[in-house]
Amino acid sequence: MSCTTSTEAASAPAVPLTALDQLWFQVSGTVCNLRCRHCFISCAPDNHAFWFMDRVQVSAALAESTALGVKEYYFTGGEPFMQPALPAMLAETLALGPATVLTNGTLFTPRRVAELARLAAASMYSLELRVSLDGVTVEANDAIRGPGTFARALDGIGRVVAAGFLPIITTVLPGDGSEAEVLLQDFRAVLGRVGYTRPRLKLLPTLRLGAEVARSGRYAPDERVTHEMLHGYDLDRLLCTRARLVTARGVYACPILLDHPSARLADALGEATRLSVTLREQACYTCWQEGAICANATAGAGA
Amino acid sequence: MTRERIAVFGGVYSNHVALAAAIADASDRGATALYCLGDLGAFGPSPDKVFPLLQDASVRVMRGNYDDSIARGLDDCQCGYTDPRDNHYARLSYQYTFANTNPAHRAWLAALPDHFRFTLGGLRVLCCHGSPRQMNEFLWESTTPTHFLSKLTRDHDCDVLIGTHTGIHWQRQLGPSAWYVNVGAVGRPANDGHPHVWYAMLGARDRVLDVEFVPVAYDHEALANDMRDERLPAEFIETIRTGWWTTCLEVLPQRERARGKY
Ligand SMILES: [Fe+2]
Repeated sequence: MSCTTSTEAASAPAVPLTALDQLWFQVSGTVCNLRCRHCFISCAPDNHAFWFMDRVQVSAALAESTALGVKEYYFTGGEPFMQPALPAMLAETLALGPATVLTNGTLFTPRRVAELARLAAASMYSLELRVSLDGVTVEANDAIRGPGTFARALDGIGRVVAAGFLPIITTVLPGDGSEAEVLLQDFRAVLGRVGYTRPRLKLLPTLRLGAEVARSGRYAPDERVTHEMLHGYDLDRLLCTRARLVTARGVYACPILLDHPSARLADALGEATRLSVTLREQACYTCWQEGAICANATAGAGA
Repeated sequence: MTRERIAVFGGVYSNHVALAAAIADASDRGATALYCLGDLGAFGPSPDKVFPLLQDASVRVMRGNYDDSIARGLDDCQCGYTDPRDNHYARLSYQYTFANTNPAHRAWLAALPDHFRFTLGGLRVLCCHGSPRQMNEFLWESTTPTHFLSKLTRDHDCDVLIGTHTGIHWQRQLGPSAWYVNVGAVGRPANDGHPHVWYAMLGARDRVLDVEFVPVAYDHEALANDMRDERLPAEFIETIRTGWWTTCLEVLPQRERARGKY
């Protein structure tokens, strides 16, 4: 829920779009086959706050995207593989540029993996799969993502790796002082057991939103982006200077703020690219601190 | 009148042996002008050695992100790695390069331009290091849409856009008289299992660009020995000997990463 008062909103800085480098699709809405305890937008099988996008909506945004010079396309949810039209949407996208799917990895059936491999081979652009796990043990992961999800995701990773993909595996770095290097080491060992011998790993900071509030607590009242904090700051570190999110119900500033009505910018993409984003939400504070955490690790690429 | 044919070198990465071989090769092929798009240091041994080679051959040199960091004495190479292992190796080579670059060479780097503009066979050419909008932007073949490149040529008033920074050469025709060319790197093999390095020979006639990527075999064992003498990491030496990249792989997209060994 957005709890911003009008005074706070008035004092929050606004940033224009520098360039629409990333176009995000909330392709399965808030519908997910899992119910993760940390989900920043509380996605679940029964969360129909945002419904699936249809082919027409995706095609319209893709058509607008070329003149806008979009560099990368991202597909998120919910769980994007809940979207029946995803393969068709990916095929259409991969004719234009590189596509990344953010998934929980539990729906990689052999048939779907074969289809993804065909899509990847048919395109001159990269099809990136980004699989999120939570921790390197069954206990840690399943406590958050649900029973059996660790084994299912690892199985899925093994299948896409066998099909020639090198998925990016992300996990949240717990804010409990865990050592990043130790975590990465353990991750390599676990992934090696399913045949992923040269894993691409990405650690994400926690966003204290949605279901994650129960685990990490809320932001402190003063954890907000102020005008002073942007003095001498490289604005390109923020996702909203480089990206927009298209949903079944309009265009948003970023994929994190789907639950925040204030982050809805416009009905159509073109209009949303001309509008500034006000950094009024507390999640903006994490983005300000950590940089654009949602993009692939193509560092130096404006992120 | 002879047709103009230019040679364009990408990142040198202190590989003085390959640079000397490439300059000789380009001269043999009748290059009318030599260009280098920056990143003189990093990775290889004895960074001071590449400067006289470039200066004596009158190579027109621009500043890359590495040169920018070294010239300004920044803390890192502006490659933006997040993986601890990549950062470890990036730091090692940056500290080595910084400590072994003569201050006079640092001043020379600081005075270099950050782009070139010229015409070639009626085409307006813009050379940059990463992209015209950002010196350290990676333009990989598998993650750079044609419409994105076309927008760059429109925004920056050119027909031909030439860059380096990624270390892997590729080219794409964007329209009837529009091209993007990534000249790859002259100082590091292209992650293809071959120790040779690459540069590009470019010519144009009647607004049609002719691109030839030229492999350069050189005495890579000599360079590997220099690197060992300078106590540079064994992982870097392996790359020079085998042609496979071993470090700083996190920036590679799926497609380019899958082609390599690591
Ligand atoms: Fe560079």
